[in-house]
This record gives sequence, structure tokens and C-alpha cells, in this order.
Amino acid sequence: MLKFILRRVLETIPVLLCVAAMTFFMCRLAPGGPFDEDKQVTAEVRELLNKQFNLDQPLHKQFIQYITHLPTLQSFKYPNRTVGEIISQKFPVSAKLGFFAMCIALGLGILFGVIASLRPNTYIDYIPSSLAMIGICLPTFVMGPLLMLVFSLKLGWFPATGWGGFSGEQFFANDMVLPSVTLGFFYAAYISRLTRGGMLDILTQDYIRTAKAKGASGLRVILKHSLRGGLLPVISFMGPAVAGLIAGSFVIETIFAIPGLGQDFVKSAFNRDYTLVLGVVMFYATLIILLNLIVDILQVTLNPKLKFD
Amino acid sequence: MTNRFLTGGAISLLAGVLAGCGPGNKPVDQGAHNKVLNITVGTEPEDIDPHVVTGVPEHHIIVALTEGLVAEDPVDLHPVPGTAERWEVSDDGMVYTFHLRGNAKWTNGDLVTADDFVQSYKRILTPALASKYSYMLFVMKGAEDYSLGKFKDFSQVGVKAIDERTLEITLNAPTPYFLSLLNHYTWFPVHIATVAKHDGLTRRGSGWTKPENFVSNGAFKLKSWKLGRKIVVEKNPDYWDAATTKLDEIHFYPIELETTQENAFRGGQLHNIYSLHIDKIATYKKEHPDELRIKPHLASYFYRFNVTKKPCDDIRVRKALAMALDRSSITENVTKGEQMPALFFTPPGVAGYTARARIEENVEKARQLLAEAGYPDGKGFPSLELLYNTTEGHRIIAEAIQQMWKKNLNINITLQNQEWKVYLDRQREMDYQISRAGWTGDYPDPNTFLDMWTSWSQQNQTGWARDDYDALIRKAAVTQDPEARLELFQQAEEILMDEMPVLPIYIYTRVYALNPAVKNWHANVLDHHPWKHLDLEVKAEE
Repeated sequence: MLKFILRRVLETIPVLLCVAAMTFFMCRLAPGGPFDEDKQVTAEVRELLNKQFNLDQPLHKQFIQYITHLPTLQSFKYPNRTVGEIISQKFPVSAKLGFFAMCIALGLGILFGVIASLRPNTYIDYIPSSLAMIGICLPTFVMGPLLMLVFSLKLGWFPATGWGGFSGEQFFANDMVLPSVTLGFFYAAYISRLTRGGMLDILTQDYIRTAKAKGASGLRVILKHSLRGGLLPVISFMGPAVAGLIAGSFVIETIFAIPGLGQDFVKSAFNRDYTLVLGVVMFYATLIILLNLIVDILQVTLNPKLKFD
Repeated sequence: MTNRFLTGGAISLLAGVLAGCGPGNKPVDQGAHNKVLNITVGTEPEDIDPHVVTGVPEHHIIVALTEGLVAEDPVDLHPVPGTAERWEVSDDGMVYTFHLRGNAKWTNGDLVTADDFVQSYKRILTPALASKYSYMLFVMKGAEDYSLGKFKDFSQVGVKAIDERTLEITLNAPTPYFLSLLNHYTWFPVHIATVAKHDGLTRRGSGWTKPENFVSNGAFKLKSWKLGRKIVVEKNPDYWDAATTKLDEIHFYPIELETTQENAFRGGQLHNIYSLHIDKIATYKKEHPDELRIKPHLASYFYRFNVTKKPCDDIRVRKALAMALDRSSITENVTKGEQMPALFFTPPGVAGYTARARIEENVEKARQLLAEAGYPDGKGFPSLELLYNTTEGHRIIAEAIQQMWKKNLNINITLQNQEWKVYLDRQREMDYQISRAGWTGDYPDPNTFLDMWTSWSQQNQTGWARDDYDALIRKAAVTQDPEARLELFQQAEEILMDEMPVLPIYIYTRVYALNPAVKNWHANVLDHHPWKHLDLEVKAEE
């Protein structure tokens, strides 16, 4: 297993380099630059700005400087912050939102999926499955404002926006509920469909029949014998999903005014914030690779048919 | 046991969540009791270094923290004493002598001295800093040449500390709006020793503006700045006019989305909606007229013509296009925010100036002009593309105009939307035929709207240049008599509207909402609201 991990980590390096190069050069090819604003600056000032931000250096030199010093480079848009500072301040927010959402997604998704799979093609299946379908079809930018309307404006239970900002710095604040539910519900829908599919495959297997014949209780059959195999599709889905969840959702963060990294992922590209774009992309890329590795390891552990090579 | 523990935990968590939600606990109501204003000014500020930033959100935060030589009257914004308790102007209007008050202090206890201003102006004009807004100081003698690196000796620039508390500023020409100009943040002082300590004299982002380092001299001081979350400023007890300051804290939230601002406002989290979505205007007019504010704004919405490219190189085409619009129909049916249809470029009533030039909206004449240009009934009209930056609001206006031109002139134009930076780049490179634009005045004077069309202005971007226009603007800059000066602007605007390198569409309004508990908030064209005068009223108990 150690060999497997080591090989995968080594494989990561060229992948990351490729991602960095593509991001860097694509940014530079895009028209417009970080200093283009509504009120245009003079050619002299533009030149001086280029010099101050080292944009006057040859591209390959800049590229090398960017990849070797990435965390300490200053953002073009927010010059008094470094790339590392922005990511380290904003990622925890996105990660926490992702964590809450993931708990909701897994809890609801697996529960609904299992229930639906037990009596396929009956109402017990149709109701959770249709709920899941609605969850997939309803985009977060509809779901979010809808929840906001009902639970904050009509009922007044939760604040409409913010992230621990209006209510302090504690681990959990009531303004975190709606965004987590919005994001979690969307993923719960997927997970419930995957769980249902996975479970249906497993439940028709011989060894389940054997377990039932041995007299194992229904709950035991589900928890002990079926879930382990039934959740395999969910686990392969969770790799990229977790990366997406904790790296931040642009839509949810914008709707609820949450200071997470998802917003920077999109806005830094719009702002031609060359350093921050690269920083966020590299961070996200590393995260995905890392999570995929974890998922691969998990899969082998859960599925005795797979081996580490 | 485990189950009971979990259930109990869940219930107490839920109870805790719901406990904080009663109506009396809303941040705005608490704010009224604690004198804490919760406000949004749109986006996250890029920085709060007055010599580096260029934006409006930055303005709102910087004016809370820093004070220039003069301040603004809360009602009509006329210059009132700020750090300078009084000043004299020489007879020729060229030399201003400011007398600084003895009790104006930095937040670290240092006295604000005349030399602080000199050093601050030196910093913003230093070429290596590359301040984008340094041109705001170019009315000062030698400032422009120094910023271009033409000479190195700053003592040749027209700003001098006569003694610790006397500052003398010499201008290039009598500038009637000079005192108003001083309220632009580029003219604000920075604490040079602090800036220098963080190696920030010639570069941005040195970290001196972080809360733990920041030193300022305004009515409020920087308490905290959590990226993307909020900026908190608190009352500065050592400010010379602290007796006037009513609020204890202001919390600035960066909330960009209009609908999110509105939800936060409705939910009692914010005292304002910085910008109200147009779909909501009608609802607010009906249901919350006491909260809705629609006020004229010192800004023009217009289209640029590229006069170097066909077909807009032909003045008759430009005029025909301008005449064939029904601007009131646009403001009434499309933008819906009580904007004023613009038949001239400069927003009316700026420093006593209302343009007498008028665009004639006349479809018959427009058709005739188009025929004269060689396109009778739009026949043979070349392809024409309207460029705008991707925003819903610009799209619907462009579509309305596209329809009007089709209906009135029988010409087809195509609409091209581009992402913001691409749009700016194409405009700068003059790679467009017609391009959407907006301009917000930097200070309340017609000059800020008219000098941008001179041949040397970076903001022109139309390819249009006229010697007589340039000459009028130059002459206005050195004319001391206010009447004669405004007359020169009138003549300039007449040329502009006759040549039509720009097509004015409407004068902006600011459409926003404000909690009625906020007191001393006066609407004005610059949308400036000196924070120290604002107050919060506690709602009478029901």
C-alpha cells in the first residue's frame, strides 16, 4: 500500500505542473489585464504598475517565480494580501460549509437511498426517489433563495446571510444552517440515487439470500452485509464531490454572502488576478488529487476484489 | 443511552439556534441600542490605502477613517473645516494657505502636521508608486511633471509646510472646485512613518493598512478587517471633533448581490440596501415608501462612437442614431429607476451648470440625415456592432435601442457582450464601433465630465479630437471668473453635442433603501454621507 501511495504521489507532480502551466498561460492569453479599469490609467502609470508587479519580466521568468513563490505572492486585486493569506483565511470557511453540507448529504442521501432500495417500484421507493429527482433538478440558486424566503424572511428562524459574521465566532452559528442545507440537499439527491442503485445490485446477490436464510435480522442484513458493497458507487462519487464541497461553491457563497474560497475561484479569473487564479487553481487541483487518492484507498479496503496494483 | 444523549443534544442545539431569532434580536435593532450601524457598500474593498485605491466602496470606508484638510457638510457637501481649522486664498485664487488645528491627532497620538500632508502628496506623486488616481493632484503646481519623473526635487512642487501647522498649496491655475477636490481621498494624508516602517512608500500592499498597523486621523479608527466578512470601524475618542460622532461602530459588509442585500435588509441584518434591484422598485414604492430612496447621481450613462471606423466616422450617422432614440421610453420602461433622459452629457445642476446644448429627438430629421449620409431608409447601411459588458441591465437597454433603431431608421445592429476586462481592453484598443459606457464625476464640477473628451485624455477612447474643444477646456482651467468659466463649458458642450462622439442616454439615479432608524442621512449627487454625523434612533417600544 505504501508503494501504491508513493507512486501516486510521484505521478501527481507532472500533473500539477501541467495544470500550473496551462492556468498561467491561459490567463496571460486572455485579453485585458489586472490594471484595466473603468477609468483608464495613462501609459506611463501602466508601465510603472507592470514594473511594480514584475509583469515587465519575460514570461518564462514570471512563470518560474510564480510556481516557486506562489503562497507569498501578492494578489493583484487585493494588494495587501498574499495568495497564501487569502486561501488560508477563506478555505476554512468553505471547508466548514462543505463539511456541514456533506454530513447532511450523506445522512439524508444514504437513508433515502436505502429506504428506496428496500421496496423497489412501490411508493416507498417513489417518494424518496422523486424527492431526490427534485433535489437534482432544483438548482442551488433557486433552492437557496427559496429557503431564505421561507425560513428567514417569513418564519424568521435563521438569518438570511452571513457566516458566523452576524452572530460571532463560534464553531456553529445559526446563519450556517440555510447554506449548509441548500448545498447538502443538492448532493443528498445524487447520493440517494447512487445508494439506491448500488443497493439494488447488492440485494439481489446470493450472499444476501444466504444471510437472510441464516436468519440474520433485516437491519443486520442491510447494515452489515449490503451497505459495504452498496455504497461503492457513492464512494467513487464522493472523491470529486468532497473536493467540490469543501473548496467552496460560488453560487451558494454569493447568494448567502459567505466569505469562502469559491467566490475567488471565479472572481479572480474575472479580475485577471494572475497570482490568485494560479493559487486557487493549484490548491483545488491538489485537493482533488489528494481526495481521489483517499477514495482509491477506501475502495480497495471496502472491496476485496480490488488490489493495490 | 447513546440515543437519548444524541436526541438531547439535537434538541438543545435546535433550541439554541432558535433562541437567537426573536424579532428584538435582529442586528439592526440591537445596533440602534448599541449605536452600531450595519451597512453594506457593495464589494470587498481592494485596500484602504488612499493613495492606491480607485473604487467607491473604498471611498466609503476611507472617509470614515481618514480626514483631509477640509471636510464635507452633511447636507450639501460644501467644504467645511476639517484638519485645517481655517484657510486663506490669495487674490488671484492660486495660493491656498491652510491653518491646521492644534488638536488634530493621529490614532497613535502624533499630531497631524503640515509636513504630513507634504510627505503624503509626495508619496502619491512618486512615479514608482504608480498611483492610478494621482492625476487628481495635477491642479497643484509641478505635480504632473513630478509624477512623470521630469524632475526629482519635490520642493519644486507647489506644496510647502510653512511651519508645523501651516500648509501652503500653490495651484497651476485658479481652480474654483479646489476645496471640493480636497475631499477626494487622494488628497488625504497618510501617517508617513507607519507607511515607511512597512516599506510602503513606493509600493502597494506593504501591509501598513492591516488593522494591527493602520494609523489614521479620522472620526473612526479601524478595529478589524476580516477578508470577505466585514470591516469594523469604531469611534475614535481622540478625534478633534469626537463630540459630533454619534455612532460607536460601523460594520461594513461586502455583499455584492443585490438580492442578497435585500434579503439581509428585510431580515433585519443590514441598515441599508446599497443598490436595489430594478424588479423590486415597484414593490418598494408600494409597500415600503419610507425605506426606498431614489436620488439623482452625478453620473452619465452613454454610448461611445468610434469615430475612426465606418459608419460612425460620419457625423450625420452619429447624429441620426442619437436623434432616433426615445430616451424617456428607456427610462420609463426599461431602467425604471426615475433616471433622467439625457439630451446632453453633463448631469444638470453641477456647481450651477446645466448644459444649454440639447439633442433633438426627431425621427424625421434622423431619417433625413441618414439618407444624406448615403443610407436612405437604412439601405446599404454597413454592419454595426454595439459592444457592452455582460450585465443584464446593459443588455436590456441595448435591446431597446436596437429595436428603436430598427423601427425608426430601418437599420440592423448586432449586440456583442463581453466580459468586463475584455470589454475594457477592446474599448482601450478602439476595437469597437459603438460601446456602452458610464462616467461618475470625481468632484462636483462640469470639468470632470468635459475634460475627458479632450484629445489628451485617457478616458476619451473615441478617436475624436477637436482643437477648439481642447482650447475651451484649457481656457476654462485658467479662468477665474465663475460666470465666464461656466460659459466656456457651455460652448464646449455645444461642440460635443454637435459633433456627437458620444451618445448620452440617461443621467443615473441611485436607487437604494435605508432603514428609517438611520438619522442625518442626506441625499446628494455624490452619494457622500459623512459618517460622523449619522445617528441611529431607537424604535419606540410597541
